[in-house]
Amino acid sequence: MRELVELLAKSLVEHPEQVQVSVHEDGDMITCEIRVAPDDVGKIIGKQGRIVKAIRVVAKAAGAKEGKRVMVEVPG
Amino acid sequence: MKSVEKRARTVEEAVELALRELGVPRERVDVTVVEEASKGLFGLIGTKDAVVRVTVREDKKEEVAKFVTEICRSMKLAGRVQTSEDDEYIYCSITGRDLGVLIGRRGQTLDSLQYLINVAMSRKSDDRRKVILDVEGYREKRRRSLERLAVRMSEKVRRTGYRAVLEPMNSHERKIIHLTLQADPYVKTHSEGEEPFRKVIIEPSK
Repeated sequence: MRELVELLAKSLVEHPEQVQVSVHEDGDMITCEIRVAPDDVGKIIGKQGRIVKAIRVVAKAAGAKEGKRVMVEVPG
Repeated sequence: MKSVEKRARTVEEAVELALRELGVPRERVDVTVVEEASKGLFGLIGTKDAVVRVTVREDKKEEVAKFVTEICRSMKLAGRVQTSEDDEYIYCSITGRDLGVLIGRRGQTLDSLQYLINVAMSRKSDDRRKVILDVEGYREKRRRSLERLAVRMSEKVRRTGYRAVLEPMNSHERKIIHLTLQADPYVKTHSEGEEPFRKVIIEPSK
């Protein structure tokens, strides 16, 4: 999961070297937190959250494959 | 984008040096001459080297293939990635076993992935062509089933004289419905509502 979210996040930002993804697993729940450079926050969220929504859909699909629920958050 | 600047006695020599350093053939680069060489006066005073900037022309198709392959690997999916292109689009298709997870309900995952690939690629490439992603021929199958739906519904509208409201679809799918029925003299189509709930309406044209 970390690999996938990190790959997607790094491909979307201006400073991929500053992307940090932390993954927290609790039972069948996976929480991913994407931290990016301050000027990249908009790039990862997108207009009306469109980009982060798409990341969520893809991450959820990857999680569903292993029977896990996935949450993706981007702390502002 | 990889690019180097080289200086030599002639433009040709400078380009040669750059190509050797970049390790790519001549047809994959763009060359800008920064400074022309000058033989100076009697080849003595004021001689000047040529300076060129050589840039590797990126290949968006290859970039897309690389990115999609990495995505499959990170999801532990054994998919075969193939790409092709025309003037408007870059087509990328993944085939293999157990790829349903990449399609999702009504292609929702496929559309999200395609959107992310397009955003990511547009941020690092000047090539404006859109990437169309397909998994296991899903888009083609979906197109055919939408065309059948359009025809079936238009017949119903013609028979009953009442308008038909289709379920919400994305713009690409709505376009397929509109195009399928545009030549049908008995019905006309338009869309109503706000994304992502926008629907196609088919009504008698009379």
